[in-house]
Amino acid sequence: MSRTPESHVPLFAHAHPEAPLAFTRDGPISAHRYLADVRAFAHRLPDSPDVLNVCGNRYAFAVGLGAALLRGQRTLLPANHAPATVERLARRHPRLYTLTDSSSPETALPACPVTFEGDLRSTPFVVPRFAREQTAAILFTSGSTGEPVPTAKPWSALAQSGRSEARALGYEALPRLAILGTIPPQHSYGLESTILLALQGGFAFHAEKPFFPADVCTVLAALPRPRMLVTTPVHLRALCTIEDALPEVDFLLSATAPLAHELAARAEQRFGAPLHEIYGCSEAGQLASRRVMAAPEWRLMQDVRLRQDERGTWASGGHVPGEILLADVIELVDHERFLLHGRTADLVNIAGKRTSLAHLDLQLNAIEGVRDGAFLIPDDQADRVVRLIAFAVAPGRSAGEILAGLKTRVDPAFVPRPLHLVEALPRNATGKIPRAALLALAARLRTAREQR
Amino acid sequence: MTATAGQSAEESRLAALIVEALNLEVAPAEIDPGAPLYRDGLGLDSIDILEIALVVSKTFGVQLKADDADNVRIFGSLRSLSEHVQQHRTK
Repeated sequence: MSRTPESHVPLFAHAHPEAPLAFTRDGPISAHRYLADVRAFAHRLPDSPDVLNVCGNRYAFAVGLGAALLRGQRTLLPANHAPATVERLARRHPRLYTLTDSSSPETALPACPVTFEGDLRSTPFVVPRFAREQTAAILFTSGSTGEPVPTAKPWSALAQSGRSEARALGYEALPRLAILGTIPPQHSYGLESTILLALQGGFAFHAEKPFFPADVCTVLAALPRPRMLVTTPVHLRALCTIEDALPEVDFLLSATAPLAHELAARAEQRFGAPLHEIYGCSEAGQLASRRVMAAPEWRLMQDVRLRQDERGTWASGGHVPGEILLADVIELVDHERFLLHGRTADLVNIAGKRTSLAHLDLQLNAIEGVRDGAFLIPDDQADRVVRLIAFAVAPGRSAGEILAGLKTRVDPAFVPRPLHLVEALPRNATGKIPRAALLALAARLRTAREQR
Repeated sequence: MTATAGQSAEESRLAALIVEALNLEVAPAEIDPGAPLYRDGLGLDSIDILEIALVVSKTFGVQLKADDADNVRIFGSLRSLSEHVQQHRTK
């Protein structure tokens, strides 16, 4: 087998052992230290083809990811860690276990805590390389049938997406960059724009995922420059309401939903940095970027191509595995630029978590005692996260019982607010439920409640 | 603002702010001050918690932080959140 650089892709791009690869509150972690931790921890992994990495700490997640790659194990990335999801994964992947840290949720699977026991003196600085075709991760998205659809991600594709992002955003020539993310490492955007961008760009990510705006500012202010904040519209809006001065950053990145022009302008002004956005999806990975203050069009990443037919828009090329049908309405401007015109009717996207109405309806109807049920996406509200509404025909069951059932089956972001118990759903002659009829029903129920 | 059964005046005010900010389908007075706000209680998730942090910062000048106190305890109930806000308010 050939061992040329082209056939194998390195775990990280840092050329110097002392170069920082991560930051913690206690200071930087060098590329050499990371390598030593990965090699030491790899010996501790149980034998299994697959692993579920539920670490909340980004450094622990990255050590687990590297160790799994060394052992040839695939990191499973489901859309959530709800009990029903984990149960279904466990049935399909019999020896599945979890990699955990102190912040991990409890699951029913055997747990292997990530340890940091690397010994620098006994670990030569030789960066491991993995075969192009080695599967590093399997991402799951909820398909329209309710059964999660797996997408295998070779290490070469993940690595290339990290490098494409650095190039697309103009970071390629930067000697260093400190990256702070507010999104979990398990989310495809979080994985790509914090861990993979750092590993493949030769940069460093912060191990923490601060949540409250005040915490984001504290952690950000302690990072060396140039520094970058990788976040979402929800967090940007929260940060921009802080009255005190915000810490200066050099780059801002947002994804999960397109930013309103006004919020982008405010964020650029408050942080004193250009704000770029990433467009992509779990199946295809990141596809394009834009700076909305400069132009509303999205520019495709290197080698990524789009094609349209009667079913919609397909992405391929570059790091995209095969050809992926996108769930958004897209207008092509030229061969490398496009405009986004919202999602297709069935797609649900709440704060970066995606599913389909068909999948949610199936989950609702699978709950014992529910005779009929349907979800509704209300109209978008400016500047606010839209919440789902659900209707259920379930004689003898309370809304609380049905919500409890849903919470074990779907991500908390999709739990309806509110869930209405009704006598019948407004099905038309063909048995379909027109969205307009559900919107009208929701409005009637809301008025009735307010008048009570 | 009148205090309802079980809620202090400060708790009713905070309950009203939360219901308004989160667009909840529950009357402020119906929130049990001792019941959990997160997940199984009022059913709030992290997006809601961020929204509450905004309201609390705007109204009372309190910046919620993850490490200045135990968040699980602060968001344990309307009562504990209200106590935290009253202790740290600057406006």
